Amino acid sequence: MPGHSDPGFDTLALHAGAAPDPTTGARVTPLHLSTSFVFESADHAAALFNMERAGHVYSRLSNPTTAVFEERMAALEGGVGAIATASGQAALHLAITTLCGTGSHIVSSGALYGGSHNLLHYTLARFGIETTFVKPGDIDAWRAAIRPNTKLLFGETLGNPGLDVLDIPTVSSMAHEAGLPLLVDSTLTTPWLQKPFELGADLVYHSATKFLSGHGTVVGGVLVDSGAFDWDAAHARHGKFPELCEPYAGFHDMVFTEESTVGAYLLRARREGLRDFGACMSPHTAWLILQGIETLGLRMQRHVQNAQKVAEFLTGQPMVNRVGYPGLATHRDHALAQKLLPRGCGSVFSFDLKGSREQGKRFIEALKIFSHLANVGDCRSLVIHPASTTHSRMDDAALALTGIGPGTIRLSIGLEDADDLIDDLKRALKAAAK
Amino acid sequence: MKITVQNQEAYAYTGGKPFDAALPCVVFIHGALNDHSVWTLLARSLAHHGHGVLAVDLPGHQRSAGPVLPDVEALADWVWALLDTVGVQQAALVGHSMGSLIALEAASRQPERARRLVMVGTAYPMKVSEALLNTAREAPLQAIDMVNSFSHSTWAAKPSYPCPGTWLHGGSRALMRRVQASQTQLNLFEHDFKVCDAYANGLEAAAKVACPSSLILGERDQMTLPRHTSALTTALKAQVYTVPAGHAVMAEAPDQVLAALRRSLASQPTSGS
Repeated sequence: MPGHSDPGFDTLALHAGAAPDPTTGARVTPLHLSTSFVFESADHAAALFNMERAGHVYSRLSNPTTAVFEERMAALEGGVGAIATASGQAALHLAITTLCGTGSHIVSSGALYGGSHNLLHYTLARFGIETTFVKPGDIDAWRAAIRPNTKLLFGETLGNPGLDVLDIPTVSSMAHEAGLPLLVDSTLTTPWLQKPFELGADLVYHSATKFLSGHGTVVGGVLVDSGAFDWDAAHARHGKFPELCEPYAGFHDMVFTEESTVGAYLLRARREGLRDFGACMSPHTAWLILQGIETLGLRMQRHVQNAQKVAEFLTGQPMVNRVGYPGLATHRDHALAQKLLPRGCGSVFSFDLKGSREQGKRFIEALKIFSHLANVGDCRSLVIHPASTTHSRMDDAALALTGIGPGTIRLSIGLEDADDLIDDLKRALKAAAK
Repeated sequence: MKITVQNQEAYAYTGGKPFDAALPCVVFIHGALNDHSVWTLLARSLAHHGHGVLAVDLPGHQRSAGPVLPDVEALADWVWALLDTVGVQQAALVGHSMGSLIALEAASRQPERARRLVMVGTAYPMKVSEALLNTAREAPLQAIDMVNSFSHSTWAAKPSYPCPGTWLHGGSRALMRRVQASQTQLNLFEHDFKVCDAYANGLEAAAKVACPSSLILGERDQMTLPRHTSALTTALKAQVYTVPAGHAVMAEAPDQVLAALRRSLASQPTSGS
């Protein structure tokens, strides 16, 4: 088993965190649909509750099937561990609330999935957590937005839906200079296209609903910690992380950074946020996502090949104003994408259709292969009109900040034959032009 | 807790309870480029069941200030100096890998003060290949990856450490990188490897140890091979426990190591020991 170096991505995608079941010999990870796990003795029970021994107690906190998914994601991202959550939004909430409370401040890219923007701008503000939004490419704006109470910087690796490429090395360097961690949403890139930890990010989360699952069957999320951020050093400098560096009365007066030098953040997240907020992942969901992850590398390769072909096709169409895909030389972040995303820029992108809203509607309704729905990252190709759906709660100014116009169409390119996808789009563009 | 040892600030994790010098004391000593956090489950368990626990960060490692000490002998003296500072006369000494050599040497230097000796993931001599020493010197991050890979016997150790959902390879790599970065005066990885490689007093030390001794070995350990412990076992008249793990024994088999440690600490002196 051990060798001179870590195994490759596809090997980890199949094996990390899993071994044949020691009881039954089952080769595939068993699905443990059990809420709770029998203690060996009263002493064993006490030891588990007191973190003297590791093990499973109750499936909100951990579960054998879910743990395989968590360990596999940590392996693929190059992190120390992970926590599976009920959705990507739950992962974002857990990531933030592990560090932030009333009076905290976040600096965030403005190019976000609408639900994330809503959480930061409206919902967390109700609980005293403020966010300043900046254009992801405006490094001076990131720096200027940091306040004495800022605890976290946040952005999407590919900003949804304009696909701004987050300059992780630059933003993370700036964050670290300020003694702050950088959290990124890596949903659209997955660890196959980009490993944010290698570029300087400290925390990564995914909507596992998308490419990780890949089959549109389940909703889930996952939060991964690099273990690289030195919370103690930062706290000694500015005192912003008592949640990790000082005794926590809610869990045995534990000082999490003493308990685990590199796993403190996840310990607190599991022992507090997962326990108390309770947005855990079902083991059934974890099991299904594991099936998807086994082929993640193969699928992502095909996703980006198809996306590049479709983006190039759309670029030449008279009904199309703009194609926002960083794999194209016309995208403002093309050069950055070539540097940070050499394997490809994902398979979710948007383009602007010329004409009226009515023409946009005709375009979507003429598609036969693309499914009109609110999801991305499925093996099937998908389409949606963001201004009237995912981003409908944003006003024009907020929409403009994210690069969305009234005619913007978002595509999620699946694994079908690329020629069939192009034929479908040709037919729909003709219908829209009439 | 923070204490001053040999005029330098030192750190010891006390298992989640204030240290009580009146209780039977157990000292945990980590290996190369590690810190106290490799022991926290075991330390918590003992601290909550009648022991005073000190899981130290060795000088120049993570929370303990430098300078680093040059050899196993100096580190052994540092352990007793630490115990003098906190007012402990007798202690059980538990060490992993490089830390096991320190525990052995310490037990031999003041045999009347060593209550038990437990060597985890050990071998003697603990020679480090020239190739690995060179890599540690020239490319420490690459050496960390090599050692990390050799130290783990599986990609799926359960229930994982310190809790489910932890990727042991990633945790170990991040810890080694952190400890390496925490020491800015020298290449700590190379230094620690040289400390292991240079130690030549093992069998003489073992002959002087007066307390009951145990070895807890990973049956799939590729860093410190179990077969390289026979002379040490004989010299110490040690009880040997073998657990299903590689060199990262405490992380890959925490429950089995706890069971072996409890038996080791409870063992009675035999005639001649």
